Amino acid sequence: MTKIDVVANEKQLLDKISHCGACLEKKFHCQDGHRAIVICGGTGCLSSESAEILAKFKSLIEEKGIGDKVTANIVGCFGFCSQGPFVKIFPEETLYTKVKIADVEEIIEKDIIGGGIVERLLFVDPVTKQKAQKQHDINFYKLQKRDVALRGNGEINPEDIDEAFGDGAFVALNKALHMTRQEVINEVLKSGLRGRGGAGFPAGKKWQFAYNMNVEEKYIICNGDEGDPGAFMDRSIIEGNPVNVIEGMMIAGYAIGAKNGYFYVRAEYPVAVERLKKAIAELEEAGLLGDHILGTDFSFRCHIRLGAGAFVCGEETALLNSIEGKRGMPRPRPPFPAVKGLWDKPSVINNVETLANVPFILREGADHYASFGTADSKGTKVFALGGKVNNVGLVEVPMGTTLRQLIFDIGGGIPNNKKFKAIQTGGPSGGCLTEKDLDTPIDYASLIAHGSMMGSGGAIVMDEDNCMVDVAKFYMTFITEESCGKCSPCRIGTKRVLEILTNICDGKGTLQDLENLKELSSIIKANSLCGLGQTAANPIVSTMTAFPEEYRAHVVDHVCPAHVCKSMMQYHIVPEACFGCGLCARACPTNTIVKTDAPSKKNPRLFIHEINQKNCVKCGSCMAACRFNAIIKK
Amino acid sequence: MAHLQSSAVALITKIVNRYKDEPTPLMMILEDVQKEYGYIPLEVQELISDLTGTPVSEIYGVVTFYSFFSLTPKGKYVIGVCLGTACYVKGSQLILDKFSQVLGIKSGETTLDGLFTIDVLRCIGACAIAPAVSINGKVYPQVKVDDVVKIVNEYKNKEVEVR
Repeated sequence: MTKIDVVANEKQLLDKISHCGACLEKKFHCQDGHRAIVICGGTGCLSSESAEILAKFKSLIEEKGIGDKVTANIVGCFGFCSQGPFVKIFPEETLYTKVKIADVEEIIEKDIIGGGIVERLLFVDPVTKQKAQKQHDINFYKLQKRDVALRGNGEINPEDIDEAFGDGAFVALNKALHMTRQEVINEVLKSGLRGRGGAGFPAGKKWQFAYNMNVEEKYIICNGDEGDPGAFMDRSIIEGNPVNVIEGMMIAGYAIGAKNGYFYVRAEYPVAVERLKKAIAELEEAGLLGDHILGTDFSFRCHIRLGAGAFVCGEETALLNSIEGKRGMPRPRPPFPAVKGLWDKPSVINNVETLANVPFILREGADHYASFGTADSKGTKVFALGGKVNNVGLVEVPMGTTLRQLIFDIGGGIPNNKKFKAIQTGGPSGGCLTEKDLDTPIDYASLIAHGSMMGSGGAIVMDEDNCMVDVAKFYMTFITEESCGKCSPCRIGTKRVLEILTNICDGKGTLQDLENLKELSSIIKANSLCGLGQTAANPIVSTMTAFPEEYRAHVVDHVCPAHVCKSMMQYHIVPEACFGCGLCARACPTNTIVKTDAPSKKNPRLFIHEINQKNCVKCGSCMAACRFNAIIKK
Repeated sequence: MAHLQSSAVALITKIVNRYKDEPTPLMMILEDVQKEYGYIPLEVQELISDLTGTPVSEIYGVVTFYSFFSLTPKGKYVIGVCLGTACYVKGSQLILDKFSQVLGIKSGETTLDGLFTIDVLRCIGACAIAPAVSINGKVYPQVKVDDVVKIVNEYKNKEVEVR
């Protein structure tokens, strides 16, 4: 590890920033023929061997003796994960997508040495079929504003704090240290920043409560227990720019009067934890974490605690219990954590994305920040766009962007010409929004008004092949497994709801079940102790409201319109389309696909196959194996 | 307590001492023990109780609360099939069923030879490459039902090579 310079005062900080800024400028905009290769090092791309791709680049650069002309390093998540791994070349900003190890040599030869472009690795728009050479030519990026919470992602090396300095790290903290603590809080209040973890409580107000407590020991806690299945922005933010989150935490710590900050991160996020650890260690070495930071009276230390696989720990009081080494069960409120939190001391718990917004607010000013967004929701929001949508990935947009823009402009619409059915936001606490909600601007109030919620920003798109009763059952299964068991409305109520939903999906539902679901939902909502239980019924209520006919079809006609619920669907081979190749029969685990005597219409030398429904386990292996789209569900 | 080998006692003592300056370090201790041994049996909980002064009932309560901690040993290869929303809507239930069928065990169970455990994961944040499967930390992107046998064989073959 290289030695880290000590940054003991404001002058040294400004020198460091200007020196590193020049280095970064040279890397990205070099005029004298130097090139820089950056490779995505987010979890998504790492699973597609981006670390090996980087190693290959490095070994080829050495082998060919071009180390003085080009550098290669990793950067944080590009966000467009379905097209990864990414390789970007500076200063031209050429973006190569879906790069494999075997492509590295060609990129070096043709682009780095030859000065050309490897056309076949450029992104091709799924709709227009046009190739895009640069990142900002791609529709996915056009409507985005990725320099607030996702700042530095896809640009700077998250494992090199010099690049963070080059990108202006600690400018905001330095500015805050010149203000009084109340002035910092006022600035955050003025910015209108609301909690990005789900509930949307104004961050400045939380800080004010803790500030007002006249107690020596206080804590700031970063909630990185991103449990909403389908959301991964907090992971990417930490992985892509850990210093930005640490700086946000330090500003919050200064404002409320805390000397210690705790990161609570899911154990499922090893890469994020490693980068966070490294950044904290290096900042300690630089003297930017510790006593008398930048020569002031402000002292601050960061600590990391890991989760251990319990969704409820994302609830702030359960999280506190978990740090205290207890079962992660929520505490009754009041007292609120800002009064009596970690180890009974006043504590502020902010989500990762919330803290990642803070440096921008201090650096650029509250007014500039508040110029993005709507009257009720300021700034930007990061969404994890996933499910049945062409462009899957992490999206940062100004609040007030419509769902249509999110799904169709940025997301590129639904794959395979399928029909859009719903978008689920807010995870297990949220709800489904449909066609009629598409032109709704996304902000905290409007999503609630339409029967869903912002949540942490998971946005899962569903098409006509998804059954909404099955989706509701999926969320309820999740909730019953994650309910901590402390209060009975949640522990018992959600179990009963799941039983009813399972019955309906098994084709045994009745109209009375629908009434019971509604009644149970309202009881669970009104009587549960914490946010998990209070919102647990939301996916049920919202799907029942938006898709009443689908529920009725399940309980009255005993039909699953989307052909998902196994008890009410069958796989069939369309005789006219069957080629007779027998791939399906070989894929079938129960050997229930047989050859008939009828010759195939496509190839008379072979015979049409047929599924014997009696032994069919409805696994779908045959459909996956068929190359002629001859197998259908009905 | 008598069941524990002295080397195990030494290692666990070392882990406990690692965090002696931390306030309420129980979770950190348990995480390290889980990582080291793959499970946290009652004997070990008793030892941690002796070393930290935390009642064993409390430790047991914590171990059984969090899904990362296990009372029984897991297989050498822990196959985690993600059933997070993004994976689920892209058919990860079918992937899970296929693993169960190929290995002859349900999720949460371990094969008799101690090689494989199937676990259900609730979102590993790899939503963009759904459906995802994670085996001992290695993430397999966009897994298809057809890939399952190949993936299992990859690990079975590794074992043959070792022997």
